[in-house]
Formats: sequence, structure tokens, C-alpha cells
Amino acid sequence: MYANAVFTLSNKDVNQLHREALRDVERVVLTLDVNGEARQLLVPSHKTLLEVLREDMQLTGTKHGCELGECGTCTVLIDGKPQLSCLLLPIQLQGRAITTIEGMANGSDLHPLQVAFAELGAAQCGYCTPGILLAARSLLEENPRPARDEIREALAGNLCRCTGYTKILQAVELAADRLR
Amino acid sequence: MAAELGPRAMFVAGGTDLFPKLKRRQFEVDSLIGLDFLPRAIRNGSDECVIDAGVTLAHASHDPHLNERFSGYAEAAGHVSSPPLRNAGTIGGNLCVDTRCNYYDMTYEWRKAAGFCLKKDGDICLVAPSSPRCWAVSSSDTAPMAIALGGVVTLVGASGERELPVTALYRDDGDRYMAKQPDEVVTGLRLRRSPNTRSAYVKLRRRGSIDFPIAGAAVAVELDGDRVESCRIVLSAVASYPLEAKAAEEFLKGRRLQEDVIREAAEIASRPAKPLDNADLSHFWRKRMVRVVVEQALARASDQQPGLDG
Repeated sequence: MYANAVFTLSNKDVNQLHREALRDVERVVLTLDVNGEARQLLVPSHKTLLEVLREDMQLTGTKHGCELGECGTCTVLIDGKPQLSCLLLPIQLQGRAITTIEGMANGSDLHPLQVAFAELGAAQCGYCTPGILLAARSLLEENPRPARDEIREALAGNLCRCTGYTKILQAVELAADRLR
Repeated sequence: MAAELGPRAMFVAGGTDLFPKLKRRQFEVDSLIGLDFLPRAIRNGSDECVIDAGVTLAHASHDPHLNERFSGYAEAAGHVSSPPLRNAGTIGGNLCVDTRCNYYDMTYEWRKAAGFCLKKDGDICLVAPSSPRCWAVSSSDTAPMAIALGGVVTLVGASGERELPVTALYRDDGDRYMAKQPDEVVTGLRLRRSPNTRSAYVKLRRRGSIDFPIAGAAVAVELDGDRVESCRIVLSAVASYPLEAKAAEEFLKGRRLQEDVIREAAEIASRPAKPLDNADLSHFWRKRMVRVVVEQALARASDQQPGLDG
């Protein structure tokens, strides 16, 4: 009996459930449209979209950065527009289309932006890349022929701390050319 | 609902100011009341524009009518923070954005180590310890512009609906910076103009892509021919409320917007600005730069073609 209890508590998920139950965490049932798929989830109401994507849906392509809305690495698209998942509550997003980096490729075919980023080496450590790709995709859907300054403006909320932005800008321009 | 829940509840619209502050325990609440159900439309008239408070800053900054007729307001909305935050943040939220201070906008652990301040958990102002009040800085970009354009907000609360000029929405107190009741929600903003109104907003910040203002100038000039009939100059981020430069407004009346007049008006406008050492960069430099941003904003407003804005 005691051994069973130890075994049960050593399970990570159950352990977390126990901790949350002890803290009396309020949970809600939500239906989220993520990458075109309706997903029903039971999650604590205070969790941010970033936490739900990464911890409850295992969509870890969305990166966890500053958590305060400054770095842009957690960018996802909400109804096609870039927003920061660290500052969104899933409870406010029911019925809205959420796109993460996992929804960018079409099966095994990468999005032209992903191809251009890989070809030009527009990523160094890659931590900012998912957010930048999604912000760039939103830009190209609205404006297929962006000028360099328009690309800069659209990516202004996404910080890259490895290197400069030149290759990133070039890759967006290359993808825009190929998409036309 | 807010009236029932009292101070342990807060409203949330875009959440771009609120959520970071909840994470840093600058706000501690039990409940959040979402405002997603409020309408989000811009209703344009020829000389008037009514913007629902739930309209996002991105929507306002791209709206063709606002850009044509209330260009200063569209500019101010387009200068708030960064693009992903403008897609979430609302114009009502930016009017109510919390005042900022280097000793307040820090993590809980930092504030605990440094000693809590008057605005949250403490009893003295760490910027001016001998002062009985909080000196946190008004950091809204759209509020000064809304004041310059004679904006009026609609407030809805438990006791009904009322209208208030934007200028009366703020108090000269960094802690209790808003004059509205806690259970009242800003539901809309009405801007008015005459065919001869020109407006412009110039913002100073460390990084052009994201930061809060450390100085800014919102100007709305009404011209009679080539002379100024009336004018409003409102400064951002140099006091606990959007500061109107009344002496400079008086000085400009009846004058032509020429280079030397603009320079003198900017000098006068910068006098009431007394930034303290509680925001980004040096406060001496910020004080000097107030003159520059006012000069640039007036020059921009005077350059606008009558056909564009008329």
C-alpha cells in the first residue's frame, strides 16, 4: 500500500495534480483551435497560453523568453496577427485561430520562409527564430512586397541577441520573392 | 461585478500592461474581469471620431480615416511599444496605463531587497524620500494626444454612464493617477477637430522598436490662414500626468509657425517639465530633450499640407 503510494507520487503528472489540488487551483475546460485542430483541455485558469502550449500540449516550438512582453520569442499568431503568448490567457482565446511554429510547415514541406531562413543561415542559436518566422509570415500575408523598412517594422518586437538582423531581413526578402 | 468584488479584482483588456505587473506582483488580485465583450469599432464622422475602447492600438494606427484626419493620434497609437503588443493592447488600456518608475517596475525580489516604495507595499518614495507623494511617471503615448485633440472619454460603472474630458481623467499623483472610480471602465474615446486642425506626436525612447516614452510631445494646432488660432501642447513622461504646456500655447496664439517662433515656443513649453531620476536615461538629458521633441512636433504639424488634413 505504502509502496504503491510512493510509486503513484513519483509520477510527474500526478505529482503536479496533487500540488495543484493542495493549492486549490481553479481549472477550466477550454476548447482551443491550435494549428487548425480543435483541442479540448482541462487547465488551471491562471496559466498563460505559452504555458498551456508548452506544458499541456507539448508544443515546445514556442519559446519561453522574458515572460514580460519584451523579447518576442513566444510570438504566436492569433487570427493571423502576431501576439505574445506569455501575455495571453487561453480563456480569452476560445473561438480564435491560434497558429504556432508547428503549424507553419505543410506536412514535411517547409514554409518558404523556413526554407529561406535555413538557406541563408538566418538563425544562430535559433531561440528567436520561431517568433520571427511567424511575425514574418503574418507580414507577407498582408503585404507580399514589403520594403526593407516595412520588414524591420514588422519584426521590431522580436529580439535576436546572437547576431545582427541582416540575414533575417534578407531571408524574409528571399521568401517574399519566392512566394510571389 | 467590479463593484461587488472591490479592490481584489481588476479589469483586463489587452493585458499587455497588466500581466507583466501581475507576474512581478505589482498588482495582486484574486479575480480578473475580461473586457473582451465590449465592442471594437471606429466610427468616423467628418470632424469627429468615436473609437471604442477595445479597439487595438494596431487597428487605430492603421485606420485610414484616423491617419488622414487625426494623424497625431494614429501616430501616437503606432508608437506604443512593439507590433505584437499593439495587436493586443487597446486604446482604452493605453489611456489607463499604469504610471512607471525605476523603483516600482521591478520584480518582487528586487523591490524587497531595495526596500518597497510608496506605490506598492512601502511607505516612502525612493526617488524623493522626503516627499509625501509618489512621483511615478505617466507613460501613455495616446493620452497626451487625446488631450491635445480635446478628447472626451465615456466611463461606465455601477452608478451609470458619464462623459469626462481626457484631461480630467488624470491626477498629479503617481500612485492614484486616475480620477475615475475603480469600478468604472473606459468604453470609448471621442476626438473632435476642425478642418484646419493639424496634429503630430513625437516620442523619445531608448529603443525605437519597443520602449515606453521618456519624453514626448503631442501637439494639435488650429490654423486661421497661416496664423495659429489656438493650439494645445501636451507633454508625455515628464510628470505623473500628461502635462499641458499652457504658456507655450498662449505664446503661439496669433503667430505664424515659423522656425524662430517654433523654437521659442518649444523653449517655453519645456519649462514646466521637471523629470526626476526615475525613468530610463539621465533626467537632465530628458529635460533638455523636451524642447527638442516639442520643436519637432510643431515643425511636423506646420509642414502638413492643408489638402491632406483639411
